[in-house]
Amino acid sequence: MEKRVTFGRWTIGILFAVPQLILIFTFFYWPAGQAVYWSLTLQQPWGGGNIWVGLDNFRSILANADYWNSITASMIFAGISTGLAMVIALVLAALTDRQLAGSWLYRVVLIWPYGIAAPALALAFRFILAPEAGFMAVVNKVWPGFWDPGLDGADAMASVIIAFSWKYVGYNFIFFLAALQAIPRSLIEAAAMDGSGVIRRFWDIQFPLITPTIFFLLVINITESFQDSFGIVDIMTAGGPANATNLMVYKIYSDGFKGLDYSGAAAQSIILMLLIIALTIVQFRFIERRVHYR
Amino acid sequence: MTIIKRGFAALAAGALSTALAVPAIAEPVKFDFWFGLSGDLARVVDTLCKNFNASQKDYEVVCTSQGNYDATLQNTIAAFRAGKQPTVVQVYDVGTATMMLSGAYKPADKLMEENGYKIDYSDYFPGIARYYATSKGEMLSFPFNSSTALMYWNKDAFAKIGKTEAPKTWEDVGADLKALKDAGYDCPMAINISANESWQLMEQFSALHNQPIATKNNGYDGLDARLEVNKTKFVQYVTDLKKWYDAGLIKIKSKDLGQDMVQAFATGTCQLILTSVGDHGTVGRTQKEGMSWDVAELPVYAGTERKNSLVGGASLWVLSGKSDAEYKGAAAFLNFIHDPKTALFWSTNTGYIPVTKSGFNFMKSNGFYDKAPYKGREVAIASLTASEPTEITRGIRLGNFTQIRAEFGTQMQAIFANKVSVQEGLDTLVKNGDAILERFQQTYPGKTLP
Repeated sequence: MEKRVTFGRWTIGILFAVPQLILIFTFFYWPAGQAVYWSLTLQQPWGGGNIWVGLDNFRSILANADYWNSITASMIFAGISTGLAMVIALVLAALTDRQLAGSWLYRVVLIWPYGIAAPALALAFRFILAPEAGFMAVVNKVWPGFWDPGLDGADAMASVIIAFSWKYVGYNFIFFLAALQAIPRSLIEAAAMDGSGVIRRFWDIQFPLITPTIFFLLVINITESFQDSFGIVDIMTAGGPANATNLMVYKIYSDGFKGLDYSGAAAQSIILMLLIIALTIVQFRFIERRVHYR
Repeated sequence: MTIIKRGFAALAAGALSTALAVPAIAEPVKFDFWFGLSGDLARVVDTLCKNFNASQKDYEVVCTSQGNYDATLQNTIAAFRAGKQPTVVQVYDVGTATMMLSGAYKPADKLMEENGYKIDYSDYFPGIARYYATSKGEMLSFPFNSSTALMYWNKDAFAKIGKTEAPKTWEDVGADLKALKDAGYDCPMAINISANESWQLMEQFSALHNQPIATKNNGYDGLDARLEVNKTKFVQYVTDLKKWYDAGLIKIKSKDLGQDMVQAFATGTCQLILTSVGDHGTVGRTQKEGMSWDVAELPVYAGTERKNSLVGGASLWVLSGKSDAEYKGAAAFLNFIHDPKTALFWSTNTGYIPVTKSGFNFMKSNGFYDKAPYKGREVAIASLTASEPTEITRGIRLGNFTQIRAEFGTQMQAIFANKVSVQEGLDTLVKNGDAILERFQQTYPGKTLP
């Protein structure tokens, strides 16, 4: 028989929920509502007035080739950086989990990247990947003109992807390691005694057992790659060259904050929000089916 | 995001004003001044504020750096919408059109008149005053930190190719760059092609050659101005720059690539750059030991009648909605900044130039320009006053010009990466820039520039 705490009157329940509801309303629904309102008007930046324009802001954004370019760039960025960050983290976690010599050290060190603020990290990578001064200068000496993020859009995109993935490898690593360590040792030992090798044990036992973690990280990584890329892009490329790294979240910033086009930026954030919601729904609808929860 | 930021700014401004207001009797009246300079320059502004506070007992200015020009404008707008705006704010040159339409300011000339200060507006260099004045010539804000673009050239390198003078025309520049390359210099000239370089590459070039950037006299005569840089001499200029870049005579130098062009020049890596007179001090401080260099006016194409170059920098705006006492303080502060002695202090400690003729003469009579490290900075004044400003060379009055500069960077990068031809790139710049201008015009229906 299940025990339940019940309230005599429904008002008490509501009262308990009110503080939380007020928080959510103040910090989420109210600003989001404002953004929706702004996206349907043309706002004068100094607050002198606004004009109702209906869906004009959305129409002009969606008719703009630069905006579609920005969506494509964001998708490429999200896909590659999520893939890189997750695969590398999984490999590192699997190796650490095997208790190789010195794994206690990796366990600590590999978590650090996530603790570094994006702008600091971007500054470091800007130096490392600078074609004339950093590590890549050596490569450029051997193959002149090989690496030029200042003019080559693909190189610039690669730079921001590397910096972003590097940060999220640390984040993913913690989760993967925790998931791997939660798998009972006896399962692995039994398989080992049956004669299966390391790779075989990984694919047949460990991988299926950590699919819930993989799914969770996939959702988080994709969402974050749309939102958390701002600091890295701002410091490393400022959206260039020729808009090659002008990701959606960076475009919102530059149109809204630098260009004082509050309405256009509000409309873009609504589109970004819808896109992230849609992507998350797709993931839950189609990928979660393959996840085995214990 | 905007709203949250606005909320924070309002909170911060609120906390600040409750902490600073409540003036008791005989206490000096405090008022806020927000500015956009950082680092060394911010320290100079702080000293300036201290000097003002020490110079009299009635007012106390509280100076706060907001980090950069963009942030200053942003935070001021947020504070203004929350009713917590500073009394005086520094707004950069291209923000002038936005400020004029904001309805959020108190005209500087009116403020000074009401508080009994007589300012001789004809004392300002016309090239500086008219950038910030209305089309009728009224000063709505006070020019503050001002600069213009110059050409920095390495005398040692030019001596190697038998030149003792800086090239005066772009034709000469082309020949000299070739000679420098043949003499074994790997980087004869450095440029960068981001949004920031719109100033020296597009805006200054157009002014010197009396070429319009936009219709309606660069926007002074109406919000329906549209860009036209795709059919002026600027097209030839970009074509030449690209040609020289392809021939290896010009290298792109930027911070993202490891070394910006000022560093590249100061270390002797590159022999010619175009940048602000404000970098004069930096080059002097960081130059390679014993390197001999100088500055000259930007070149023009042969056969061009040279016009005045444009001022860059920022001006001081007084915002509306403050008390009379604060306005008195603001007027005293502006009057203090206007003083020639302040001009000397300001230009000595920064690379900026004096904005008034009396300030310039005062500095000259003090021997400021006679010896290193300040020798050469008078070229900036010569460049700014090369002619009376024409309808086109008085300045640029376009809405959301920051975004147009960003578009300039984008298209230049596309051109230099061989993605588009010069003409295609500039056509796209005009097309996208016009969309920005059109949007600005729609945001302010029925309004006209003063």
